[in-house]
Amino acid sequence: MKHDLSKLLQKKKKQIIDLWMQNQMADEALRDDLMSNDDLRSQSEELVSEIVTKLTEDNLANLTSDDFDGVVDILSGISISRAQQGFSSREVGNYIQSLKEALITILRQEIKDDPEYVLDTSMKLNRLIDSFSSITFETFIKGREEVILRQTDEITEISTPVIQLWDGILGLPIIGTLDSARTQVVMENLLQKIVDTGSTVAILDISGVPAVDSLVAQHLIKTVSATRLMGAECIISGIRPEIAQTVVHLGIDLSGIITKATLASALKYAFSLMQFEIKRKSVTQQQTR
Amino acid sequence: MEKIPILKMGNYLLVTIQVDLYDRLALTLESDLVQMVSKTNARGVLIDISAVTIVDSFMGRIIGNIANMSKIMDATTVVVGMQPAVAITLIELGLPLTGVYTALNVEKGMELLSSKIVNDTIYDDEPEDAGDGAEQG
Repeated sequence: MKHDLSKLLQKKKKQIIDLWMQNQMADEALRDDLMSNDDLRSQSEELVSEIVTKLTEDNLANLTSDDFDGVVDILSGISISRAQQGFSSREVGNYIQSLKEALITILRQEIKDDPEYVLDTSMKLNRLIDSFSSITFETFIKGREEVILRQTDEITEISTPVIQLWDGILGLPIIGTLDSARTQVVMENLLQKIVDTGSTVAILDISGVPAVDSLVAQHLIKTVSATRLMGAECIISGIRPEIAQTVVHLGIDLSGIITKATLASALKYAFSLMQFEIKRKSVTQQQTR
Repeated sequence: MEKIPILKMGNYLLVTIQVDLYDRLALTLESDLVQMVSKTNARGVLIDISAVTIVDSFMGRIIGNIANMSKIMDATTVVVGMQPAVAITLIELGLPLTGVYTALNVEKGMELLSSKIVNDTIYDDEPEDAGDGAEQG
């Protein structure tokens, strides 16, 4: 073999990193607000040294070689951390692609007498780095999805509190759109709380639900029916005028459900169901005390 | 064969299902209960299903049937103590058991029953006398 790519790259490691850093610095889209240049350099150095130690003439064309497991690990780590830091996908893509340029430039500088070899190796390098960048993209998107999933979970967690309004009366303010997954959580929480507290009335307040379509109404009816099966009464409160309009226009039948305009009137109704009476202390009573 | 006991308490029949219902058992219970209602002239039936953890559409239908049968025989039926998971399952199966009274526990179920039956007895000039004490195991 005329040229030893592995040796050449290891010898020129320093130059590759310098050139790569130079390319990145020259890029207008450099996000030095998200990541300091020192961090960027150490990250890049780690990646380059892993690549040059693992890269040989033999595995250059073999994209799925086990030798690159270490490289893939580092790349995944970089792209996941970048996804969480808020880099855009183009920025992460450019980061890997600019390495290709650096590698090929060094190759051309070093081997001047064999254009055939340079071309051939460049092609192979091209393909290798491209495959690396697709891996990066994949993990980047995965990282983003993890962030989204975590946030979804958090929203579900915080947005379905069951509160005890009175002895035997539960309140459930629903904020945000109701989908089937959330209805399930809401229903489970509510029913469990009914059992735990022995409550007989539950008030479902939907003033925080932006829109009620037939699906949401279906979910509400389900929740009300399940509550009724448990032996508790369920009142829906917070019906805004727009919601009343859409419900009637869609032809949804809510006649079997007790609906109230405000939480206050629902609470009042709950009191009357439980045969409670609220009285203002009369003035004369106060004076006698 | 296994049977679910139907206990008579004054004007009421008390059924506590302590095992998971299987199809035969549920059908036996259904026929036993209507027989008992007719034999004892019971005014109220209380079915406690707090120990039932698994239901399918058949079981849901049987529970609804029992309640409706007793109802048309003029015995108010209350199903009490349904587990949250059971309630969700029945709803998902499309069996909301409309027309069946429900209560959270036996105590509240009894309260409900007596309130329903007190309302009835106003129009009832014949005092209930079904005291042959037929109890069944």
